Amino acid sequence: MSTVQRGRIHSWDLSTGVDGPGTRFVLFVSGCPLRCLYCANPDTWHMRDGRSTTVDEVMAEIEKYRAFITTAGGGVTVTGGEPLLQSAFTGEILRRCKEAGLHTALDTSGFLGARATDELLSHTDLVLLDIKSFDVRTYRTLTGGELSPTLNFATRLDHLGVPMWIRYVLVPGWTDAPEPIDGLARFVSELPAVQRVDVLPFHKLGASKYTALGIPFALQDAPGPSPELVERVRGQFRGQGVEAY
Amino acid sequence: MTATMTAGNRTTDAWRGFAGTLWRERIDVRDFIQATYTPYEGGPEFLSGPTDRTRAVWAKVSSLFPEERRRGILDVDTATPSTITSHAPGYIDRDRELIVGLQTDAPLKRAIMPNGGLRMVENGLRAYGYEADPFVTRVFGTYRKTHNDGVFDAYTPEMRAARKAGVITGLPDAYGRGRIIGDYRRVALYGTNRLIEAKKAERAKLDACGSGTEVIRDREELAEQIRALGELTQMAATYGCDVSRPAATAHEAVQWLYLGYLAAVKEQNGAAMSLGRTSTFLDVYLQRDLADGILDETGAQELIDDFVIKLRIVRFLRTPEYDALFSGDPTWVTESIGGMGADGRTLVTRTSFRFLQTLYNLGPAPEPNLTVLWSPQLPAGFKEFCARVSIDTSAVQYESDELLRPCTGDDTAIACCVSAMQVGRQMQFFGARVNLAKALLYAVNGGRDEMTGEQIAPAAPPLTGEYLDYEELSAAYDHVLDWLARTYVNALNVIHYMHDKYAYERIEMALHDYPVHRFMACGIAGLSVAADSLSAVKHARVKVFRDATGLAVDFRTEGDFPAYGNNDDRADDIAVGLVESFMAKVRQYPTYRNAEHTQSVLTITSNVVYGKHTGNTPDGRHAGQPFAPGANPMNGRDRHGVAASALSVAKLPYEQARDGISLTTTITPEGLGHNPAERAGHLVGILDAYTAAGGFHMNVNVLDRATLEDAMEHPENYPDLTIRVSGYAVNFVRLTREQQLDVISRTFHGSL
Repeated sequence: MSTVQRGRIHSWDLSTGVDGPGTRFVLFVSGCPLRCLYCANPDTWHMRDGRSTTVDEVMAEIEKYRAFITTAGGGVTVTGGEPLLQSAFTGEILRRCKEAGLHTALDTSGFLGARATDELLSHTDLVLLDIKSFDVRTYRTLTGGELSPTLNFATRLDHLGVPMWIRYVLVPGWTDAPEPIDGLARFVSELPAVQRVDVLPFHKLGASKYTALGIPFALQDAPGPSPELVERVRGQFRGQGVEAY
Repeated sequence: MTATMTAGNRTTDAWRGFAGTLWRERIDVRDFIQATYTPYEGGPEFLSGPTDRTRAVWAKVSSLFPEERRRGILDVDTATPSTITSHAPGYIDRDRELIVGLQTDAPLKRAIMPNGGLRMVENGLRAYGYEADPFVTRVFGTYRKTHNDGVFDAYTPEMRAARKAGVITGLPDAYGRGRIIGDYRRVALYGTNRLIEAKKAERAKLDACGSGTEVIRDREELAEQIRALGELTQMAATYGCDVSRPAATAHEAVQWLYLGYLAAVKEQNGAAMSLGRTSTFLDVYLQRDLADGILDETGAQELIDDFVIKLRIVRFLRTPEYDALFSGDPTWVTESIGGMGADGRTLVTRTSFRFLQTLYNLGPAPEPNLTVLWSPQLPAGFKEFCARVSIDTSAVQYESDELLRPCTGDDTAIACCVSAMQVGRQMQFFGARVNLAKALLYAVNGGRDEMTGEQIAPAAPPLTGEYLDYEELSAAYDHVLDWLARTYVNALNVIHYMHDKYAYERIEMALHDYPVHRFMACGIAGLSVAADSLSAVKHARVKVFRDATGLAVDFRTEGDFPAYGNNDDRADDIAVGLVESFMAKVRQYPTYRNAEHTQSVLTITSNVVYGKHTGNTPDGRHAGQPFAPGANPMNGRDRHGVAASALSVAKLPYEQARDGISLTTTITPEGLGHNPAERAGHLVGILDAYTAAGGFHMNVNVLDRATLEDAMEHPENYPDLTIRVSGYAVNFVRLTREQQLDVISRTFHGSL
């Protein structure tokens, strides 16, 4: 059996309540096929910028936190970048985490959902699925990619019964138009595996990374959403019977 | 005969319905609690909000706060050195108050306590525009020696130099040492007559002993304790309370207990005047009155609210420099809540909830310093309520009951921020702390101070290489720390000898067993700076820059090094090693009254001042830059989030730092979850996991940066904004601008 034991990662972190349930070990894998205008982690775009490591090394690091994250009711989240760009490496980490009795989450745009094997998904307790827009053209302009692979992936996860939390980044002027949001809300309301939607207000905390990397930040001057707007959008999801935060 | 019988009946009546026997025969409050209390496993649904009466009393006294803040102090009695009985009774609102008693004859009016040191009193008065009273100055300048005078008579030149340079710092040599917790519950349970009897019996046992120095001192102290109990009885009588007999109702129990505490804060201006562990004790009385129908829940909560109002307005006259060191005007009226009993039952009662509820009923406040003794075994409803209160108010700190219970038992209370002792059986000699980061620079510079160039530690050959060598530096550091530990313990012995002699805590010690177990509470500051500096030297290359006199004044680090606070053993082991080695060094030197050596890793907020007085350090920290508070990793160097930094801190061994290890975490609400229920659940998880990992203490600030920045610009909009800083909570708007910036620059563990 030929599992990939090496991969490229950007970093790891521990966070609470933002990358899946509880306190979690969050592994940032390097490389992403999309170029979202609002991306907060431009330093994870290129695989070549990552640090080469092995599954064993990552597991040794996770092991240091096993008791903590288990007691704190958390687990491990693999994110990026786009973790399915290195799907074999990501799959191996997820498998090993399950083997160690840890709750696993995969944070993905779904753009490369086809690369996730059924086996990989069998080691995944939760998918955090970023649906960046429900309007095909906006999706393309915003991310440089296509929407359909993500929707196909969502449908497939639903068939497999893999629980999903949908993540929707709210950027005024980009993703706040009511109609596509209603469309997305209807779409996810028909997928029983979707447990909740997190509406994430756009922030510019990644701006300094653009400066450091010498890349222009397209949304440098874009405002964050008002609390009222965030509530409106959450309300749109709730209107379709979907739990939304 | 009749009188005796009446007293006997009164006692029986006061104790009606209470189970247990041992506590009746001897002074033993723990046994009383164990025999009588009712654990509570439920949630907060039963709690009551504030009554109109509570609101009115709180509004009346809090309306004085803006003026107090503006002027520094509201008022002071300059002419009357404070004693238990020195002042006529004072009230906030006599008709409405349920629990009475003030330090002086008016709320927020401060008293002078020159026994600790006349200069502190004079400087304090001058700073706020008051003249020192000539009579007081004459008495304490001419006829009556103070603690401060005594200490400086016995300090050696070496001690003075170390103190002046700030390598030993924060010493209680000019004011009350504090951190002694009287068992104020005894006043309620037994009444002062019985306590006086017991003290007389203790003293009588010494009659047959030869009159050596120690026995004479003990006899005199016991005589003072008995006198102080008499004065407490007298003072209470001026408020119409007969504390000579046991409290017969919940109302009396709260009142008697508070009067015991009040006597202590009338006589001592200790740095920390902590309350102990009173909530579950009081619950026994509240439960009895609730069961008897004398009281309802609203009434029970009112008593606690009113008690807490009193604890919130304890004030001492201090100097602006003192306030700058400790950030505001702290009194550390620490109340320890919750925990588990040795028999496996939780010590959480309804009154544990009622104390926390005061943060809603009266609004958030830094005092009393509400401290939850946390165990993963605590009832789920209580854990969740604590987390919710933390998230809503940031006014709760947590200490590991799992570490405390095996060491000091299940009647442990925290003094100040993290100092554990068995209530009424143990006390400590507060010893502030040494600056480990500065000491490291002394090692580089052959004992000379990096700021002044003066020789402070004994002259040794300075390190002369272009780059620092780890082995060479470690060896030199070890020598400096040997000297530091010796000088430090000897200085503390001087301080506590003189404090006992000139400013003895009569009433607090009257509420302890005889003989008492004493701790010598040493402490260290700058742990993360020292550990990171050593890590830089070990794992990277550190180039030294020297001035014309050869003094190393700056460093440049070449390459990366692991920093303490990332759950990385390469750096964390250095920090652990420093804690262990300094504790071992301290233990080598005999202590005054054979106190047991302990140490804390705690700075309170003085990390800012220590940083100001410490030069550039090899970890890349610039001269003047604040240290991290307590045992925290250096600001910004913990790169993997709160769990990783907490796990680094949890590695520090409690058995080598029995006076406590302080960790301050600042979490934004979003960094805990998306909604209140989720946030509370997650915080419970973090506290459980940190405790299970061996973590000792955690301050939890749940805030966002924007709130703090706005509070700096518009303090008037945030009179109640409380944040926890290394061991206690402060009003953010009362911090200096520098301290506010320090708080803001601390790592925010929000999501990026």
